[in-house]
Amino acid sequence: MWALRFSRYIRGAPLGGGSHWAGLSLGSRFTQAASGRSDSRQEAAGDPRQRGLVYQNPTWQHVEQRPLPQKKVTVEVLDHLERLALVDFRDWEGVQRLEKAIQFADQLHAVNTEGVEPMDSVLEDRCLYLREDNITEGTCTEELLRNARETVEEYFIAPPGNIPLPKLEGRDTFLQVSE
Amino acid sequence: MAASILRRCWGSLLAQRCRTGDVPVLHNGQTWRRAQAPGSIASGRRAGNSPAGERGVAPWVAVVGLEIHAQISSNSKLFSGSQVQFAAPPNSLVSFFDASLPGTLPALNRRCVEAAVMTGLALNCRINKKSLFDRKHYFYADLPAGYQITQQRLPVAVNGSLSYSLCVGGKKNQMVTRTVRIKQIQLEQDSGKSLHDDTRSQTLIDLNRAGVGLMEVVMEPDMSSGEEAAAAVRELQLILQTLGSSQAIMAEGQLRVDANVSVHHPGEAYGVRTEVKNINSARFLARAIDYEIQRQIKELENGQTVMNETRAFDYKLGCTIPMRDKEGKQDYRFMPEPNLPPLILYDSKSLPANMNHQQVVNIDWIRERLPDLPSVKRVKLVEQYGILPEHSFTLLNEDGLMEFFQNVVRQTQMNPKKVIGWILNDMLCYLKQHNLTVKESPVSSLLLADLLNLLERGAISSSAAKQVFEELWKGEGKTPLQIVKEKKLELIQDQQEFEQICQAVMEGHQEEVMEIKKGNRKVLNKLIGLVQRTTRGRADPVLVKQILEKRLSQ
Repeated sequence: MWALRFSRYIRGAPLGGGSHWAGLSLGSRFTQAASGRSDSRQEAAGDPRQRGLVYQNPTWQHVEQRPLPQKKVTVEVLDHLERLALVDFRDWEGVQRLEKAIQFADQLHAVNTEGVEPMDSVLEDRCLYLREDNITEGTCTEELLRNARETVEEYFIAPPGNIPLPKLEGRDTFLQVSE
Repeated sequence: MAASILRRCWGSLLAQRCRTGDVPVLHNGQTWRRAQAPGSIASGRRAGNSPAGERGVAPWVAVVGLEIHAQISSNSKLFSGSQVQFAAPPNSLVSFFDASLPGTLPALNRRCVEAAVMTGLALNCRINKKSLFDRKHYFYADLPAGYQITQQRLPVAVNGSLSYSLCVGGKKNQMVTRTVRIKQIQLEQDSGKSLHDDTRSQTLIDLNRAGVGLMEVVMEPDMSSGEEAAAAVRELQLILQTLGSSQAIMAEGQLRVDANVSVHHPGEAYGVRTEVKNINSARFLARAIDYEIQRQIKELENGQTVMNETRAFDYKLGCTIPMRDKEGKQDYRFMPEPNLPPLILYDSKSLPANMNHQQVVNIDWIRERLPDLPSVKRVKLVEQYGILPEHSFTLLNEDGLMEFFQNVVRQTQMNPKKVIGWILNDMLCYLKQHNLTVKESPVSSLLLADLLNLLERGAISSSAAKQVFEELWKGEGKTPLQIVKEKKLELIQDQQEFEQICQAVMEGHQEEVMEIKKGNRKVLNKLIGLVQRTTRGRADPVLVKQILEKRLSQ
């Protein structure tokens, strides 16, 4: 699984994109948006509070697609994902969407993160609050049971154990068609 | 062809002898050669080892690693404010966070952090001043959130050690000390309880236990038999109970042990390991591990391979069976817990000046307040009272026995070395027979001290003392002195009466007297026995012997 490591040097617009993955011409789109915003910023440049906090010029760079590895997703990995996360890729379009998402995230490899400590939480500067060992909640059985469709004598009801997905040969999925 | 038939016959012969239980399990090699008789094999009585030497085939060595989950003794749960209680109406101690309703966030309990730090310090671990929380994802009905908050990357304490003692040797009278390395100690959440209702094909979920704080103690695979594992777990249990960080009662599920077992030939790579779960007591732990070792050896000798699976221990059948739900290797997709910042612990040097006391966990402060660990207590007992290390081991093993022993020693003039004999042989024996704890004993330390004082003063003989003890055990509230008077068990103090009795016995057995005078001293013991019988145990044997010898020499 990919561990997303955010480099501190990437600021500005977040890397999430809506539905504009096709073509992956991200650089041009962002530059356009940025220049629009920078105009408004220059107007506000007179305000001393704004001057220090917001960048006057865009700081991101366009990422070249060619050096990035183009990995193919294997049938084993897809079977593993279906079993683990209980998603159904349904057909090849779903798999393509997955591959595009992987490519999109792989852009991070283009950044040089040598000597930079990986950040694992945006809360790393905050203090973890320690609670005193007192009993403050509980005894709301009725309210909790109201959420469940079926209950028996104040127990929740669940199906008997985990029923694992049948193996690739045994189930009816489009993944079998390939190879 | 003939060779394989012969091999099978030999195998069944060996199997028959093994069933009697006193022959170490041998294995057949792949090539058939003349085997030596089983009796000539030395040592190797531990179930995990097969001795080398016969047939020139390498022995099997078992590797056992333990993962122990100890429930932290606290009022509220690890990340929420609901109560921690063993038996309560189902789903009555569940908060919105425990049921993982949307919009709830974890809030770490300070007492759980202190308990983990205490345990880490007691096990000689290095405490990480910064530790991180992660999510471990897997699907199961008793885990409502679909993930468990644990500490996988950077736990609270790492690199410790646990020393334990066990009895080895043929007569189990030699105590050796072994050490097992502790890989890490981490804080994690407990899952709920699921009751399987197979008749209606459903599972009933009770979330009272979901979210309770656990300390997971991960041990390196340094052990090689069920006995060692059981001793290590017992020692850990004593340490946790002494610290107060966990009550560690296996019967209530406060201490859960999972064993990772594999076998291999020494010098070769480690074999495939299996995980054994569902072990409910220390006794079953040793049995489960030994069974699993034997099963793996048998599988490998039959040419099959051991699968990397999870097996449950069935204590009624005494064997391990594969678990239905855990198939294949799990991918837990560990990810940092986004709702919790890193946990920072301080010591006296790094403590910031103006921080709120309630928000600070000071490692040095906790270290100063650690109580005496069991190993230290044992050494002190041996030094103070002069008893053997094995005795101190047994004293600490029983809950409350050490205090009982100390109370008795304080109130009696008898030498502690003799007192320990009474405590371990008589007192403990009776407690075990009647299945009582020390606290429930009908004989208090005061009564036992009185009895031992009578014995020490020479008012009664040791056999009489045992009779009095039996009487005291009935718990009718009588003091030892009263019982002695009632049953007339005092030693005869009157010298004349003594001499009269001895004279009577000698006159009644002239033959024996002639024998002794001829030089056969052994008959003297018979005379002493006769005197004892006449006086109904009220004669001091030493005195009787003196008087008889004096008379006989006349």
